[in-house]
Amino acid sequence: MLYDILIAPFAEHDFMRRALAATFALSFSAAPVGVFLMLRRMSLIGDALSHAILPGVAIGFLLAGMSVLAMAGGGLIAGFLITIGAGLIARATTLKEDASLAAFFLISLALGVTIVSLKGSNEDLVHFLFGSVLAIQNPALLLIAAIASVSLLALALIWRPLALECVDPGFLRSVSRSGGAAHIAFLALMVLNLVGGFLVLGTLLAVGIMMLPAFIARFWARDLTGMIAVAVGSAVVSGYAGLVLSFRAALPAGPAIILVAGLLYLLSVAVGPVGGLIWLVLPRRHLEA
Amino acid sequence: MISSVVSALRFHDLTLGYDRHPAVHHLDGVVEQGSLTAVVGPNGAGKSTLFKAVVGALKPLAGSIERNGSAARDIAYLPQSAEIDRSFPINVYDMVAMGLWRRKGPFGGIDRKDHLAIEAGLAAVGLTGFEQRSIGTLSGGQMQRMLFARLVIQDARMIVLDEPFSAIDGKTVADLMHLVRQWHWERRTVLAATHDIELVRAYFPQVLLLAREPVAWGATREVLTAENLDRARRMCEAFDEAAEACASEAA
Repeated sequence: MLYDILIAPFAEHDFMRRALAATFALSFSAAPVGVFLMLRRMSLIGDALSHAILPGVAIGFLLAGMSVLAMAGGGLIAGFLITIGAGLIARATTLKEDASLAAFFLISLALGVTIVSLKGSNEDLVHFLFGSVLAIQNPALLLIAAIASVSLLALALIWRPLALECVDPGFLRSVSRSGGAAHIAFLALMVLNLVGGFLVLGTLLAVGIMMLPAFIARFWARDLTGMIAVAVGSAVVSGYAGLVLSFRAALPAGPAIILVAGLLYLLSVAVGPVGGLIWLVLPRRHLEA
Repeated sequence: MISSVVSALRFHDLTLGYDRHPAVHHLDGVVEQGSLTAVVGPNGAGKSTLFKAVVGALKPLAGSIERNGSAARDIAYLPQSAEIDRSFPINVYDMVAMGLWRRKGPFGGIDRKDHLAIEAGLAAVGLTGFEQRSIGTLSGGQMQRMLFARLVIQDARMIVLDEPFSAIDGKTVADLMHLVRQWHWERRTVLAATHDIELVRAYFPQVLLLAREPVAWGATREVLTAENLDRARRMCEAFDEAAEACASEAA
């Protein structure tokens, strides 16, 4: 019985196995990036950028049809161009980086939807916006695995400067020049993971598997390592439970995954041991010292 | 007392500022190796600006700074208002361990010797037992103690402190000042900006009195005269906010 619900879908269906592998790979790379985004107070920037990659994906689609490489390549190029462009505008004018990113993202979203509509159907558009995790083929799976591997490796390389740049940028500047490089590498990682997320969850939901686990982690861990572990864990659980749920209840898989993550988030807000709402209602006695 | 007159820092007609407006004007002079110098002056006198240039964070508008062969990044620097994100999930131990950066870089591990050094640094500032506390739970004074522990771990030949004792209680100032004197005994060069004239009189052998231009520089007793302080005050009267701080110090 339990086997039927929890394991059979994956044992019996290739597409479910591929979907599971893709979401797990993505969980391991996107969730840690999300934790750093949250700690750098850039949560909404990930959101903005995830929409911004749409025109690149759409141009890839326009040129090569449903080719994973063309669309991912287009998304990467668009993501990098917009990150750099927003950074340059923020530096050269009085507009702040978040504002110029917001401007780019609105333009990009409109442009992307327009381009997709030039050639594709409404179905294609839905596919771009919300992904089709159950239709992932081997090339996409390989690409996601590659993105996850590169991004884990890169994160390990820039871990220390990245953390120190969040907590005490002035000190990092006084001892090392690596802060700027780490920041740029981190932005590249964000774009990379959003493109990976796009392949699984579409441009609108990609950022969900990145940020929701990070927010969940804030309620369960006090140190960075613990937060990353909780974030990856909750992303994995959301991916798995979302797929099972979508299989059983015939729900769209991408939204099901994000809904499970959302449920975990609400649960964490309510009863999380680090600052959950429950502690407002049930104050513990203060300690001796 | 002074056995050798080797310069740790040499300013050559140094002019510093922002957007071409000078904040420090035509500063010439030498900071001797192993000296303990207070930089005194009203707000807006250019103390922080001078320190930023010393640690290489600000390029001179004119003139130059000679660091006697050592790199700007080898100077341990405590900025006036450290831009620390106190909500970041990091504990006191890890924060202090970052002082090892110049030797460990982004990858080096912390071995037994480093661990002992970090524990000793925490003990020196009275934060033993705080290792696992996250930095968000520290009081202002404890925070400053932690930053001093990190300076200890940096083990730099030259230490620059920008108003390290503002908004900190007397006990903490006394403890941290003890540490500063220890650095002086170890022949490290220490530069500290402060508004506390009594503290300077009690602990600092050398003073640079700054009011955008150097007013006086030398032995504390000769520099901190009523006449010099008055001159510094008049030189900065253009700054409203500064004028008041000056007057009270000269009293």
